[in-house]
Amino acid sequence: MPEGAYTSDEMMTVAAARMIRNGVTLFVGIGLPSAAANLARLTHAPDTVLIYESGTIGAKPTVLPLSIGDGELSETADAVVSIPEIFSYWLQGGRIGLGFLGAAQIDKYANINSTVIGDYNKPKVRLPGSGGAQEIAGFCGEVLITLRQNNRAFVKKLDFLTSGGYFEGGDSREKLGLPGKGPTNVITDLGILTPDPETKELTLTSLHPGITVEQVVAATGWPLKVAPKLDVTAAPTAAELSVLRDLNERTARAHAGQA
Amino acid sequence: MTPDLIYDQLIGAGCVKKLVFSWGGNPGVGSLHRLRDAVENGWPQPIEIEEHAHAGMAAAYSAGASNLPFGMLRGYVGTDLVKYNQRIKFIDCPFTGAKLAAIPAHRPDVTVVHAQKADRKGNVLMWGVVGVQKEAVLAAKRAIVTVEEIVDDLHSPPNSVVLPSWVLSAVCEVKGGAFPSYAQGYYQRDNAFYKAWDFIARDRATFQTWIDRHVLGTKDFAEYKRSLEGATSHA
Repeated sequence: MPEGAYTSDEMMTVAAARMIRNGVTLFVGIGLPSAAANLARLTHAPDTVLIYESGTIGAKPTVLPLSIGDGELSETADAVVSIPEIFSYWLQGGRIGLGFLGAAQIDKYANINSTVIGDYNKPKVRLPGSGGAQEIAGFCGEVLITLRQNNRAFVKKLDFLTSGGYFEGGDSREKLGLPGKGPTNVITDLGILTPDPETKELTLTSLHPGITVEQVVAATGWPLKVAPKLDVTAAPTAAELSVLRDLNERTARAHAGQA
Repeated sequence: MTPDLIYDQLIGAGCVKKLVFSWGGNPGVGSLHRLRDAVENGWPQPIEIEEHAHAGMAAAYSAGASNLPFGMLRGYVGTDLVKYNQRIKFIDCPFTGAKLAAIPAHRPDVTVVHAQKADRKGNVLMWGVVGVQKEAVLAAKRAIVTVEEIVDDLHSPPNSVVLPSWVLSAVCEVKGGAFPSYAQGYYQRDNAFYKAWDFIARDRATFQTWIDRHVLGTKDFAEYKRSLEGATSHA
């Protein structure tokens, strides 16, 4: 790759990492969210408290975990609590500022599906399911969602609503009595979408460098709202890329060694 | 909560009628293909699933351990799990009127967990990511614990997670018993096996050959491990 060049996945991870404010308590899903959360911790947000649903509070992994229950997480954590405790005292108790989720499908109100593709009782593809996503989406102060954008993932109607964003839009989330604010940013490999303050419909607000509005619209399964004034996401810096690539290389080396 | 490769093996071998779970994947790798084949195609037999989210499972185990009829939590509102799982219901708080989710207590006939150490009396010490194991043991009619080693003295500090021998039915020393997962302080996850499992379990015939040779064709855990080590590849 030529110097300064980067992949769309790297752009997505870097853009997601930048959303994490230093010092926030962050409930992290595995996969893309975990990479972005650790990139943030290793760059601008060293005091971020990473919480994984296995009960590890303040985890500081040197390599990305293979699962939410990795030994690496508990060895580096400030505290390790049981599963009933992490969900009841910490998440439901309202102690977690930010949740970070991936998904298989998302709709225009940032509701997500990680359960099935097709009919629930006769699925085309059976996905792993909620895990802790349903409650992370409900009870964190706010939520970030990251996934690759294409019209199989960005759908008009979810096959299954696993975790709630803004449900039917407007004030429907508040009416259900969920305490968290809901998803505040959806970070994809093409750009950044944020909910409209009133209708809560996801609106394209930032394009990653080199991406056109037409591309993003074509990758979205509903008529996508586009902000009148679009930002362009700053390209990953050399420092961000170097930390992310080091992290990925360290991870690959460590996991290959676990043979 | 999170059925792993051993559940995938049980499902593929036709030993499972019903699965109660909240996340069913091969962690860090992808799908549990035997689970998928059972749900998507009914092979080798149809499987009934009762699906929750993690907090609901945790509440149901806690309720079981506490001898309560149901576990209670906030959440599940507005989600589709409620439409498909009739065991998730909503109740009104008698004091505030708040709408709360209720899940019947989990009361397993038998719980099997793996821990690090037991002493000679059969008291068990575990540490690290303890998950929901204590609740699952105390919710069950009978509990079996396998441990990495049996020692003279647990040297357990106060507040350690200790399962006293009098709540357990059996304690067995099974070195490496968490395989292919890890036992904190003893060994790491065998990640190569998790990756190999994706290949083995993807295809019915490959799976069948594997389970015939390594599981049905061996007499105990030690022989099973030796059988896997002897294979040129995990398949």
